Amino acid sequence: MTLLSQNQAPIMEALTRYKSMRVVPFDVPGHKRGRGNLELAAFLGEQCLSMDVNSMKPLDNLCHPVSVIREAEELAAQAFEAKHAFFMVNGTTSAVQAMIMTACTAGDKIIMPRNVHRSAINALIISGAVPVYVNPGLHSELGILLGMSLGDVEQAILENPDAKAILINNPTYYGICSNLKALTDLAHQHNMLVLVDEAHGTHFYFGDDLPASAMSVGADMASVSMHKSGGSLTQSSFLLINNEVSEGYTRQIINLTQTTSGSYLLLSSLDISRKNLALNGKEIFRKVADMAQYTRDEINKIGGYYAYSKELLNGDTIFDFDVTKLSVDTRDVGLAGIEIYDILRDEYDIQIEFGDIGNILAYISVGDRQLDLERLVAALAEIKRRYAKDKNSVFDHEYINPQVALTPQKAFYAPKTNVPLSESAGHISSEFVMCYPPGIPILAPGERITEEILDYIAYCKEKGCFLTGTEDSDILTINVVKEHEQ
Amino acid sequence: MNLWYTEQHSPSVRFSIKVEEQLYSGASEFQKIDILQTTEFGKILTLDGLIMLTEKDEFIYHDMITHVAMATNPKIKKVLVIGAGDGGTVRELTKYETIEQIDMVEIDKLVVDVCKEYLPQTASKLTDPRVNLYYEDGLKFVRNKENDYDLVIVDSTDPFGPGEGLFTKEFYGNCYKALKEDGILVNQHESPFYAEDALSMKRAHQRIKGFFPICNVYQVHIPTYPSGHWLFGFASKKFNPIQDLDAAAWNELGLKTKYYNTAIHVGSFALPNYVKEQLEDAK
Repeated sequence: MTLLSQNQAPIMEALTRYKSMRVVPFDVPGHKRGRGNLELAAFLGEQCLSMDVNSMKPLDNLCHPVSVIREAEELAAQAFEAKHAFFMVNGTTSAVQAMIMTACTAGDKIIMPRNVHRSAINALIISGAVPVYVNPGLHSELGILLGMSLGDVEQAILENPDAKAILINNPTYYGICSNLKALTDLAHQHNMLVLVDEAHGTHFYFGDDLPASAMSVGADMASVSMHKSGGSLTQSSFLLINNEVSEGYTRQIINLTQTTSGSYLLLSSLDISRKNLALNGKEIFRKVADMAQYTRDEINKIGGYYAYSKELLNGDTIFDFDVTKLSVDTRDVGLAGIEIYDILRDEYDIQIEFGDIGNILAYISVGDRQLDLERLVAALAEIKRRYAKDKNSVFDHEYINPQVALTPQKAFYAPKTNVPLSESAGHISSEFVMCYPPGIPILAPGERITEEILDYIAYCKEKGCFLTGTEDSDILTINVVKEHEQ
Repeated sequence: MNLWYTEQHSPSVRFSIKVEEQLYSGASEFQKIDILQTTEFGKILTLDGLIMLTEKDEFIYHDMITHVAMATNPKIKKVLVIGAGDGGTVRELTKYETIEQIDMVEIDKLVVDVCKEYLPQTASKLTDPRVNLYYEDGLKFVRNKENDYDLVIVDSTDPFGPGEGLFTKEFYGNCYKALKEDGILVNQHESPFYAEDALSMKRAHQRIKGFFPICNVYQVHIPTYPSGHWLFGFASKKFNPIQDLDAAAWNELGLKTKYYNTAIHVGSFALPNYVKEQLEDAK
């Protein structure tokens, strides 16, 4: 076999070859290169539809790759310096779930921060693994959740020496990084696997002067959202493995839930984006970091807003900061982040990534133009001029320590009863309540509902957060565990 | 040689001018810049392939973007001009001895350099000692100004490409802030005729109305702009462009203009019904 180079994109090349052969399709998809669905072809483009094809010998098969997908995986592994890379077509959600289900079986303990994405807790419901939560750090002034403290994790490890793995969320949505190297070494000393949810950290593998990536510190598995900072199509991701984690077993786990009709649009987008990052990533992320820094400086000049960065570092729960992130604390303007998020969209035609109670996050990428950054800054200045309120009008904390009564799986499948949310205090929740984005649960299955949590949910609702998670789409009632049947 | 310049005025309408020679073609980090020698319109400046001005009809645009505000408030002393790299707007403003300071903010220095070389007809007054040239983003410049100008003129390109930010709500809000309590904002307001232009026109009107108590639109005929029917916006914190016009005072100045006069000043605010309806819609 010839040596592969990062200049290549085997899946893209195979698709191009396949198209040039003008093969007559008597296979799925039934739109037959778009000819059978003209409106769709006109809307998405003929080239796009002509690449929406099925697995076949010249194009390999995602469930059992032996040729071009295999080669593309090897190139991705090389680019990320991993032992192997899996192409994921059901989001980073599926990658996070595959990590947890590979590391743990029913009843196994896994140490994780509570501010994980819902995908991680979903994996616990499916697998029956038992979470040992480590409370994330909380910034006393900004009210934002931080990384995991080494001391807290060590205590959790000593108290739960039978835990199989530790899951680290790095960086957080806000760009905050834990001491990944020290946490990895610590877990390895206690024979635990290190799984990293790196959904927001693709660029760490390619840019200069960015925080450490999971593979670089010797972590065992990582889930990387290529479709966020990596530039591939929405829903496409990589799952990386390292060290002793078995490629074959991991693939079996992935195949438990993954489609057998992996989209070649998603697969080729991963392949092309990997090539682009490997060849141009340094330059791309230098530009992104420069744009983020410029915008941060300009926003900080407005006053009231605080676009934070590395000055927050504290050697532990804020071990490092991802300077490509533009996170802004808005409370001194007297407006909740979610209010600014809504005003930006409704009045200024500017869509940012999310707003929570105290912050907004604007996602900066190589696709941004200087004039768009100016618009964002000018709109924030205008919002302050027109809407600023007393700063004490904003709730000042985001995190409530959970009281875990049951494992997520037990609570989710337990006999349950539906009660009005407002009367649910004291019960054990059987479902999630979260704001989306960011999708970090306020309540997870198995947690005791308290008045404090209900107040917080009511406040989020009042401020206009998009709440989700319960069976009741209006979030007026909640399923709780029937405790006398426990 | 049978060389023609063609601009797409709508997805299904084209406008062509016979070209004698291409005098300049270049690209800045923002846009493509071309100067063509034409038979009918003299030299023309195009940005990203769209006509910005021709020597033959630029007087209409530049007269009407400046003199309406100046005749409404003769006390204007400090003016901010955004865009206007060709210099035509500044040329008209420098006719007023009463103006003390003109700050011109153009994002693209190359446009100014090219116009100075090829279009002295419009660019000749950019060297007037009262003129300060700033090569930066207009939105950024105005964001840092407060209660500073008597008049802001937005002489922008279309609302896509480098001029995009100059049609936004955040921009008009910042202009409001940059103006003094009797300040006037005049802006290039697109056209009511073709659907795409009309949409930009309505959106601009809606956004400006959100900030200024007095908000009017006036019209001109510009032969080389799509449909020829073009609009300017007049927004003010205090002055009404018709009631506050002191025609005698302006006529006494004895300024030589080719299009503007005080009768057309008043008349240009009389709008066709289809334009009035669009402005009503924009409420």
